[in-house]
Amino acid sequence: MKPKNQRLILVVIALASVLAAVLLAMWGLKDRAAYFYTPADVAAGRAAEGKAMRLGGMVQPGSLRREADGVTIRFLVADGDARTPVAYRGIVPDLFREGSGVVAEGRMSDGTFVADNILAKHDERYMPPQLGNQAAEHKAGKTLKQ
Amino acid sequence: MIAEAGLAALWLAAALSLLQLLLTVGHLRALFDSERFDAARAIRGVAIVQGALTLTAFAMLVIVFVRTDLSVALVAANSHNAKPLIYKIAGAWGNHEGSMLLWVTVLGFAGAVLAMASRRLGQRTLIAALGAQGGLALGFYAFLLLASNPFARLDPAPLEGRGLNPLLQDPGLAFHPPTLYLGYVGLSVAFSLAVGALITGEVDRALGRAMRPWVLGAWVLLTLGITAGSYWAYYELGWGGWWFWDPVENASLMPWLAATALLHSVTVLASRGALRAWTMMLAMIAFSMSMVGTFLVRSGILTSVHSFAVDPSRGTFLLALLGLYVGAAFALFALRTARLKEGPPFELVSRESALVANNLLLTVILGIVFFGTLYPLFVEAATGDKLSVGPPYFNTVAGPIALILAALVAVGPLLSWRREARPLFKQLTVPALFAATALAVSLFATPQIGWLPRLGLVVAAWLAPASLLPLLRRNPWRTPIATWGMAIAHFGVAVAIAGMAVDSAFTREKLAAVRPGETLGVGPWLVRLQGVTPAVGPNWTAIEAELRASRGDGVLVLKPQTRFFTDPPTETNEAAIDTMLRGQLYTVLGKPDGEGRWQLRLWWKPFVTLIWLGGALIALGGLLALAGRAWRGWRKERFA
Repeated sequence: MKPKNQRLILVVIALASVLAAVLLAMWGLKDRAAYFYTPADVAAGRAAEGKAMRLGGMVQPGSLRREADGVTIRFLVADGDARTPVAYRGIVPDLFREGSGVVAEGRMSDGTFVADNILAKHDERYMPPQLGNQAAEHKAGKTLKQ
Repeated sequence: MIAEAGLAALWLAAALSLLQLLLTVGHLRALFDSERFDAARAIRGVAIVQGALTLTAFAMLVIVFVRTDLSVALVAANSHNAKPLIYKIAGAWGNHEGSMLLWVTVLGFAGAVLAMASRRLGQRTLIAALGAQGGLALGFYAFLLLASNPFARLDPAPLEGRGLNPLLQDPGLAFHPPTLYLGYVGLSVAFSLAVGALITGEVDRALGRAMRPWVLGAWVLLTLGITAGSYWAYYELGWGGWWFWDPVENASLMPWLAATALLHSVTVLASRGALRAWTMMLAMIAFSMSMVGTFLVRSGILTSVHSFAVDPSRGTFLLALLGLYVGAAFALFALRTARLKEGPPFELVSRESALVANNLLLTVILGIVFFGTLYPLFVEAATGDKLSVGPPYFNTVAGPIALILAALVAVGPLLSWRREARPLFKQLTVPALFAATALAVSLFATPQIGWLPRLGLVVAAWLAPASLLPLLRRNPWRTPIATWGMAIAHFGVAVAIAGMAVDSAFTREKLAAVRPGETLGVGPWLVRLQGVTPAVGPNWTAIEAELRASRGDGVLVLKPQTRFFTDPPTETNEAAIDTMLRGQLYTVLGKPDGEGRWQLRLWWKPFVTLIWLGGALIALGGLLALAGRAWRGWRKERFA
């Protein structure tokens, strides 16, 4: 390779590999990104069966049931009028309780959301931004009632 | 008074950084240099004093935290009298403002060291680099003083502080953030040197040699910080995983990927004088990634244990700084790169080519991680849709490319500079046999494992022996220490990959609710729940399970806990982990089910410790390379 061409060749290879990275990333993101849905979205049929997603809302008070094996729980996630049944096998995070906000990772299966993971809140002060608006509205509603 | 002294030191340091920038501009334009005023000397002096002032400010912050001075807002919001001393000290950077002060302190300190140490570099380039460093510091001082003042007072002072997030109350907090920040911000010097050299046009081997120790040092610290952070998340979160592709983890991985590429290309620049423009580009990208990481973590747009506060004005401020510095650096690059002299040419099969391949593959991985991490932000800004990108994307897209890169690591060090004439097949016979054996054994013995872990095992078996080939047939005492360092680091890559592959292929997990006296099986182990009892610590209470694990020979006792903290009120899971040569037994205590049973989650993770051992070996290799070169330089100077 002549020195003059060498720099040109290197530049072309570098650009080609950056382009390759972009294309690979776009291809990978097309069906591997998990969308965030609320029960209303699920009721409207926006969440495709079997596709990785996140579900967020409130754990409906009185809906939490424990199965006989002691490690599987079922509950309803609610937002406004819509409800989605959730099944989860595992240890729930410390701040998971009825009436509080929850974000779960998993997929829809026969009308039930099967959660692989329930995301932990790291401390009392922390609220996932994805739930931020809903939680604020919820709090405001409570204050109004009082 | 102490807080005010800290604040004064910060303001003074900010003023000095402005002075440093202005003096540099004046000096480079030869405005006021005369017999009586040596601007270059003045600039070095200013940089050193500025570094000392930031250290002073940081020391003041640690003092108010140790004294738990609750009239300082930051202390009141994040500390508590009844906290062990180590967390009072480390708590100083366990929050937004304190961690930004640590960041800026490292920036100022690095500038001071640059002013004191780099004597081999051309004077003009060094001064231009110090000016760039002053310019960088100025922006971040402004951010601290205007948007994140760590020394703000609270009036009236509360009677007690709100305490530190219990997840952070761990010895990891004393080690992980400072190490990572030293690495992150250490890269600022490479950035400033690149800016300086592009301004003066002196991109040459001397610049490569001046830049290399900074890159090596920052990279070693980043490697250690990431490895420590991974192990911390592994045992503290109780999820049994060691890497979650969390945006915050990616924020530390991206500078590391760029620094790894830079480390290899700066070596080409230092020893051959080639890859000039490319190395300057990487030096800029590396610190830009540090700033992107800081923006992601500190702006509060991400949800994680690292994002302490959500305040939109801070995010905007950081984004503006990021845009300014990255934009200015790349504009300079675009203006000056055509004027750089071409380096010496090399053939297609040569060590230079291998390092170019290393750089390109690392850049592709960096691009994939970068897009995956920022994609949710783009989509939300564009369409309002909320989404997250996790392991399925990163593992499938970046994983294979990382393994291709690791496979090439075996070949690169065997090649000669400029042109390789010898065929390599003979040398690589043994590694090829190892790889073939790993493939055959894994196919016959464990046909059910996934393709990615299997490929990982094969690549590890190929790279482990190959990485030691550069040491072969040499007198070990006369082999340069840097060569030992390279071999050890590359061997560490193989060790880490082996650990990751074995962990993902052979981990066994068991989740069940059991009564005291009952037994669970996981992998080769039988684990019996003896009982559950209360326990007490310095600022927490806990319930503690006693587990007895056996596999025929002897009994292990493990005591996983659920801890309750009152300031702030939080529960945390403390996993109990037993480390053996063959692997780790990892146990987590869950919730009672109300009928006398307790949830237990158990993992048997064979050889999982290889992951962090590999990380430590990689860092050790870098450290040896750094020490070896420093020692050689010192001897040369002494005996020249």
